[in-house]
Amino acid sequence: MLTLDLARRSLRNRLLPSILTVLSIAFSVALLVGIENIRNGLRASFTGTISGTDLIVGPQAGSIQLLLYSVFGMGSPTGNISAEAYEHFQNHPAVAWTIPYALGDSHRGYRVIGTTQDFYEHFRYRGGTPLALAQGDRAREARDVVLGSEVAERLEYDLGERIVVTHGMGAPGIMDHDDMPFQVVGILERTGTPVDRALYMTLEGIDAMHEGWEDGVPPAPPSFAPGGEGSAEDDYYAAPPTPPSETDAHDHDHDHQHAEAQTPVGAQDPSDHAHDHGGTQITSFFLGTTSRFEMLSLQREINEYRGEPLMAIAPGIALAEMWRSVGYAEDGLKIVSFFVVIVGLLGMLVSLYTALDARRREMAIFRALGAGPRRIIGLLVVESGFLALMGAVIGVALVYGSILLFQGTVEARFGLLIPIRPLGSLEWLYLGAVVAAGFFLGLIPAAKAYRNTLTDGLSPRS
Amino acid sequence: MTNAEGSDLAPDGARVPAVELRQLRFGYRPGTPVLQIDSLIVPAGETVFLHGPSGSGKTTLLGIIAGVLKADRGEALVLGKDLTRLGGSDRDQLRGERLGYIFQMFNLIPYLSAFDNITLPCRMNPRRMKRLDGSLDSETRALARTLEIESLLDARPGELSVGQQQRVAAARALLGRPELVVADEPTSALDADRREAFLGLLFESCREAGATLLFVSHDRSLEGRFDRALSLPDVNRAPVAA
Ligand SMILES: Nc1ncnc2c1ncn2[C@@H]1O[C@H](COP(=O)(O)OP(=O)(O)O)[C@@H](O)[C@H]1O
Ligand SMILES: [Mg+2]
Repeated sequence: MLTLDLARRSLRNRLLPSILTVLSIAFSVALLVGIENIRNGLRASFTGTISGTDLIVGPQAGSIQLLLYSVFGMGSPTGNISAEAYEHFQNHPAVAWTIPYALGDSHRGYRVIGTTQDFYEHFRYRGGTPLALAQGDRAREARDVVLGSEVAERLEYDLGERIVVTHGMGAPGIMDHDDMPFQVVGILERTGTPVDRALYMTLEGIDAMHEGWEDGVPPAPPSFAPGGEGSAEDDYYAAPPTPPSETDAHDHDHDHQHAEAQTPVGAQDPSDHAHDHGGTQITSFFLGTTSRFEMLSLQREINEYRGEPLMAIAPGIALAEMWRSVGYAEDGLKIVSFFVVIVGLLGMLVSLYTALDARRREMAIFRALGAGPRRIIGLLVVESGFLALMGAVIGVALVYGSILLFQGTVEARFGLLIPIRPLGSLEWLYLGAVVAAGFFLGLIPAAKAYRNTLTDGLSPRS
Repeated sequence: MTNAEGSDLAPDGARVPAVELRQLRFGYRPGTPVLQIDSLIVPAGETVFLHGPSGSGKTTLLGIIAGVLKADRGEALVLGKDLTRLGGSDRDQLRGERLGYIFQMFNLIPYLSAFDNITLPCRMNPRRMKRLDGSLDSETRALARTLEIESLLDARPGELSVGQQQRVAAARALLGRPELVVADEPTSALDADRREAFLGLLFESCREAGATLLFVSHDRSLEGRFDRALSLPDVNRAPVAA
């Protein structure tokens, strides 16, 4: 077809400006699509911090607080859950599995979490991905510890490394459980979630470590043999900044005061440690239901549990709510996107318009040779539409190409997985606007060329 | 000498003029007329020289004759058709099929070879293509030979001198045997020798094609070589803009 042939030759003739125009369109498209992908990745990675868990159960308190300490490893547990309560729901017919968590200790600023094999078995993140061990094995014995990938990386620990756990979240020192060193038996694969920033051991390990720590302070010498007798002194506890009065219903105020008096400067206030004597206590647990339909009634049942005040939250909903409440970050990106769209379209209009305006003389020649409006419009519209289309396609390809190329690096560096996803409605809208603007833009100089005379581009006046 | 077609003959058997303007009025803006021509005739088969100073409306007049501009009033009969009664696309069609147009300069599409420039009107307009006696290639070469640009057919306009470019433009205007060739000061960018040579070649190829030539210029030194000379200011009653 003559029009296409002419447009092709004309584009090739102005190869450099054409390429620049295409690139400027491509970059603005890439910027928008890129921002949209990052926005999406941020949300996906946030809401994918945990998946597959139907309910998170903790002592009654704020749901955000429960979510923060149990999922994000931030803040402190609000208290304990008794062994009876845990067992009650563990054996509930609507419950398929549970993962218990005992929080309260740390190692060089990283949280130490007591849990069971259920953790490795049932924990899921980001669309149902299970945990995997990069090296070694799960923690099975009381003295075993498994490291999250970031912990292993930052502290440069390998399998077999012996580590000491600190009571509370403070710096290593007087509050160390140095009577009971642990040995690294496994390192988890990177997840890009807070799982990477914690250490995992067995509940037995936590128990043994706290043997004699009922007061929240190191046992007086001679210290008890580590590993203990599996005594009735099993001691779970909740950790840091919550004042003891709010911490739980336990009656150890006098002990706490005593402990405070002993607290060394700079060390974590051990009085923050809530603890109890009496059965296996954990600070929270995750559960999966046998059937999704049971979830709501189970949640209500937990919230109304008479044994002790408990609460259950659905993490999916809670995470989505939380994301919305911190959504100004996303709104910020949206505003940036909006300006990218405006600037991108304007830049495209300018570069296409100057390219077309420079060809008025050419259009006057076509007119003189008998070209009708359809030919003139065809020539200009095909060209500017083609440039816009190329820009859009290259821009999108640029984004998906770089996601493919750098997905791994970004995930490793920032723990942010940017998934390959189909274009969203905003992106389609923008692409449509770019291509439509490209086509329509050709109409303006075409109309001008058609209206103007044969003097066009020859005479000094326009 | 021209084997006129039936359509070119008036009912009384006389040949219809190539151009006939009657009571023509045209202005780019209302209230400032550029052209007021009561009568102007370009007889078919002749070479006509139309002169007038710069700004006197020569290009405007050619625009009306070529059907790019539309007269406000009056009649503009070109090759027997009243352009004032034709729609835009009919005027485009008439121009593409039966007219040749040569600009003062910058006649050529820069990204097309001389050959592609010359054949462009025929390729854009199937009816003009049909007017060729032989193949597009052979006709183009024959015309190029007459205009002495046969060896330049593969060159791009940027590789040609101004004189060569004007001859390529002439070849393009003439390919497809147009009945009327309109030239808007095509020699003004050429020096005196080239001007004479170009004019000679243009006359020769117009004669071969049997085309009427309407040639406008402000330079009256060329006047003597034409069959007929007209002065635009003499026929145009519109006040000349400063
Ligand atoms: N496209 C245009 N728009 C408005 N006025 C024009 C245009 N082209 C020419 N004119 C005016 O029309 C008059 C005749 O111009 P033109 O036909 O170019 O004269 P010439 O070709 O004899 O130099 C001039 O006064 C000029 O300013
Ligand atoms: Mg002029």
